[in-house]
Order: sequence, then structure tokens, then C-alpha cells
Amino acid sequence: MPIVKVTDVDFRYKDIWALRDISFDVRRGEFLGVIGPNGSGKTTLIRVIDGILAPDKGGVSIGGKAIRGMRRRDVARLIAVVPQDSTMIFSFRALEIVLMGRSPHLGMLRFEGESDREIVRRAMEMTDTSSLADRSMDSLSGGERQRVLIARALAQEPEVVLLDEPTAFLDIKHQVEFFGLMKRLNRERGLTVIAVTHDINLAAAYCDRVMLLKEGRIHTLGVPGEVVTETNIREVYETDVLVDANPLNGLPRITVVAS
Amino acid sequence: MEKSFITPSRIARVSALLVILLVIAGVVSILTGTAGIGAARVFRGIVTGWREGHLALDPSERTILFSIRLPRIIFAGIVGAALSTAGVVFQALLRNPLADPYILGVSGGSAVGAIIGILLGAGAVPFGIPALAFLGAVLTVALVFVIGSREGGLDSNTLLLAGVIVNAFFSAVIMFFISTSSSADLHTITFWLMGDMSLADGNKIVLMTLLLAVGSGVVYCYARPLNLIVAGEETAMQLGVDVKSTKIILFFAASLITAVAVAFAGMIGFVGLVIPHMMRMALGTDHRLLIPASFLFGASFMVLADTVARVVFSGMELPVGVITALCGAPYFVYLLRTRRM
Repeated sequence: MPIVKVTDVDFRYKDIWALRDISFDVRRGEFLGVIGPNGSGKTTLIRVIDGILAPDKGGVSIGGKAIRGMRRRDVARLIAVVPQDSTMIFSFRALEIVLMGRSPHLGMLRFEGESDREIVRRAMEMTDTSSLADRSMDSLSGGERQRVLIARALAQEPEVVLLDEPTAFLDIKHQVEFFGLMKRLNRERGLTVIAVTHDINLAAAYCDRVMLLKEGRIHTLGVPGEVVTETNIREVYETDVLVDANPLNGLPRITVVAS
Repeated sequence: MEKSFITPSRIARVSALLVILLVIAGVVSILTGTAGIGAARVFRGIVTGWREGHLALDPSERTILFSIRLPRIIFAGIVGAALSTAGVVFQALLRNPLADPYILGVSGGSAVGAIIGILLGAGAVPFGIPALAFLGAVLTVALVFVIGSREGGLDSNTLLLAGVIVNAFFSAVIMFFISTSSSADLHTITFWLMGDMSLADGNKIVLMTLLLAVGSGVVYCYARPLNLIVAGEETAMQLGVDVKSTKIILFFAASLITAVAVAFAGMIGFVGLVIPHMMRMALGTDHRLLIPASFLFGASFMVLADTVARVVFSGMELPVGVITALCGAPYFVYLLRTRRM
């Protein structure tokens, strides 16, 4: 049984359709990439899966449970989101941010217990953030902050992790580091990942399957070799690119054609 | 890493320390005053009273200590605790370091209520002026919410702007009343506007304590969700908080707490802005610790500020708002220049 099931989802903001007829499944332990131009519905899709937006038609279920009508607390036990770099007006320490991941598992006036702390410790070890625990978030680099946010997502112990353009503000070294870490967690821990990204090469390099969105509809969904082709990219992005095989791993690689 | 976790025992330790500070502030305050009752004499009086079953103090001394100074100290403590707690909540909910308890128009609304009360002679009726001030505050917050709510949600920026506009409108109304009042009323109004602690009595204290306990209790129940809201509203939703209902409950609780303080003590500035920042710098942003710490430290600060207001000029009393701003502002500048916010 698929862990994530999206069925016939339509969503519109006022009178603008953002998602049309979206249906797909994600297997447990799969790494799915979602690519598409600005305004193609990538982030809307993430918010619909997480239940923050309610679709006009269709629905989403995680592990057989429908998200619609679920309390936020219960959704947060199933789905974690790693956002783009987030700035805060009052800064928390890295440890406090990761502890927030335990929040959906705690009652109103309950404090984190020893088992919660153990989960947080492990999450910080896996993401190599233990040494940052007492540092204030705004004293960390962009790459370190994103690792802390991954640790928070892991501390949530979710069924699925959604990545919402998590590398948008990172340089190339930290982009590779970020996706490398997600891939390792995906392989070693069986973590199911849905990653929205602008970077087609990163998606092709790290994802088991890639979904290409165009104007709120699924244009193509398949393994990177099927999706990332010159024809598809031209049709969706209206830009000429060169696609060849990455000499290191044979995966598709795009090159921008400068006019 | 162990020491960094916020635990109930750490909160208890910090709170105990701040309770001791509050008791010290109270003792200093009760022994300070223009009547010149020496500390040694009071202690001797209490100790002999303990042995012999009655306080060995003059009736006039007893009146000054326990009927005048003590209620006023408790009153000041309640007001300080209320304003500081409300300040923490407003800064967190609006994610704005400039927010204070008055930012949504509570001050302007209650001032107009109080001034109308003063001009109508409501001071002659028990609770007349506070009741009108409270009513003004509640109506104003309701109005700001109506203006600030959009598509069923409360957008922080819209609320802030609504509060600014409503406060500006009420300032004009207050100016109008001031410019047309007699000089006797003017003195009362001015004192009210700057914050006045001289009207403490037992009934008021009981009523204020009850309302403050309810408001702060509700606020404390939402301390952890408040942490998540500070981290971002979308983040809070992703981490399982029902942001919409949490915000509404917290806005109303914090407005109630503010209205209690303003209705009885007038507009005392700066406490609700500065104390939350001081505590955040000292203890961090976790509201499970920040809320009780601000509550207790705000109480101590206000008790001491009111003591200074009582005695700094012999023979006349300053409005306590003058003291809070005069010592609060320079200290705040010092913090701004030396520490990261």
C-alpha cells in the first residue's frame, strides 16, 4: 500500500486554478522530487498534502488515513516539513528548535520527558548538529540552520518528510550536503521524502522519481531519465536546454543554452 | 547539552529566586516612606507581637504599614505582573519586539472610558471609574478585532495597524476632553493618564487578583504553542498547533489582563515593553520559563518603582509611570547597545 495517496485533487485560490486533477502515489521509503516553473503549483501541492490548504475536490491520505478533518496535532505526527530558511524575530537556540519537533507528541502542559530528549539527541546526531545545540539560530550559517530544521523534522518521527525548496538560499556546497544527508536518511532509515525544488539537476541526481508540474497539472511523472528530457523541459519551462547523461552516474543532466 | 533543557525544576528554581526578590522588594517598600517608621522598630514590634499575641506598634503605625503601604504594594505587584505578562504575549503573538500591552488600543479605549467617568463624577460610585475604563478597554479590543480580522483569520500586521489607528483616534478624543475640562478634573485626568497607585483597597485587590489569575492561567496553558507561533505561524501549523484558535484565545486573555491593570491603575508605560525583553535576554525565548519569570520580575519592578514614586520628593507623590519610564528607558538603551535582541 502506498504511504502517500493523492487522489483527483483540485485547488484554486479565488478564481485561479493552482492544482488540477492531481493524482499520484508515493511508496514507503521513496524519494520523490517535484519540479516545475514558478507558479506551477509546487508549494501549493506541499500545503495541500500537509492539510494546511483544503482541496476543492479530491483528497490526500497518509498511511490510509485521510488528512481532511484531522486535527493539526495528528497531521503533525504523520508529516514533517522542512521549509526554506526561516528568520525569526526572537531567536531560539538550536536545541529548542529541535525540541519543538516533539510538540505534536506532547499534551498541553506536558514537558519533554527522557524519551523525547533521547529522540532529540539522536536526531541531532544524525544531522551532525549536536555541537550546535546551545548556539542561537541566528548565529548559525544557512547550511547549519537547514540541518537543524532536518533534525526537527526527524524529531517529529513522521511517516513522510516534505521539503519545500529547502536549498533555495544555500550555496552549491551546502545544496549537495543537504540532499546528500536527506538521501542517506532515506536509504538508511527508510524515510519517505517529497522534495519540491527549483534545481532540476539536484532532483535528477537524488530522487527515485520526479514529477514535473505545468500550470497545476502533472506533465510527466517517472524516473529521472523519463522526465528530464529536452522535449519535456522545453514544453514546461519554455526554455531551450541541453540534456545529456552525467558522465559519473548516467543520470540526466541539463545545461542552460545561452542565447 | 543536559543543562539546556527547560524542565519543571529549572522553572521552579528561577521562579523561587524571583519570589525571594519580590519578597525583598515588598519588605523594602513597606519600610520605606515619609512617615519614618524605622526598620528596627517594626521588626521589634512584630517579634514582640509574635510572643505576646498583639503587635507592639502604635495604632497609627499599624495603619500606615498594613492599611496604607501593604495594600498599595500588593496592588503595584499585581499591576506589574499583569503588564509584563501581557507584554510577553503581545510581543510573541505579533512577532514584534516593539509590541506592548497597549498596542491594540486597550490604553486609548480605557482612557476615554475613565475620562468620561471622571467628567461625569463616577469617582463617587465604588468602582465607577475602573468599571468604565474596563468597559472602554473591552469595547476597543473588540473593535480592533473586527477591523483586523480577515477571512476568518487574524493577520498580525492588519491587527497592528488597526490598533495604531484606533489609538490615534482615541488620542484625539482624549485631547478634546483635556482641552475642554476644568482644572480640577484636569489634575485627576493627568494623574490617571500617567498611572496612579494611590487608590489601593482590599476589594480592588481581590477582584484584580481573580481576573489576573484567570488570564495568566490561560496564557500559561498555551506557553508551548506560543513558542511555536514565535517560530512562525506556518511552522506552528506544521508542528501541530491550531494557530487560529490559539491566537484568538491568547489575544483575549492578554487583553483581559491588560484591561485589569489599566482600569485600576491607569496607563503605566514601559513596564510591559521592557520587562519581557529583559527576561528574554536573561533566560531565552522559551515561554514556559519566560511567562512566569516576567510575571514575577514585573511585580518586583513595579513595587520598587512605586516606592520611589512615593518618597523621592518629600511631601508630594509622583505618578509611577514617570518612574518606570525614567529608569526603564535608559536601561533599555543600555541593553540595546550592549546585547543582541
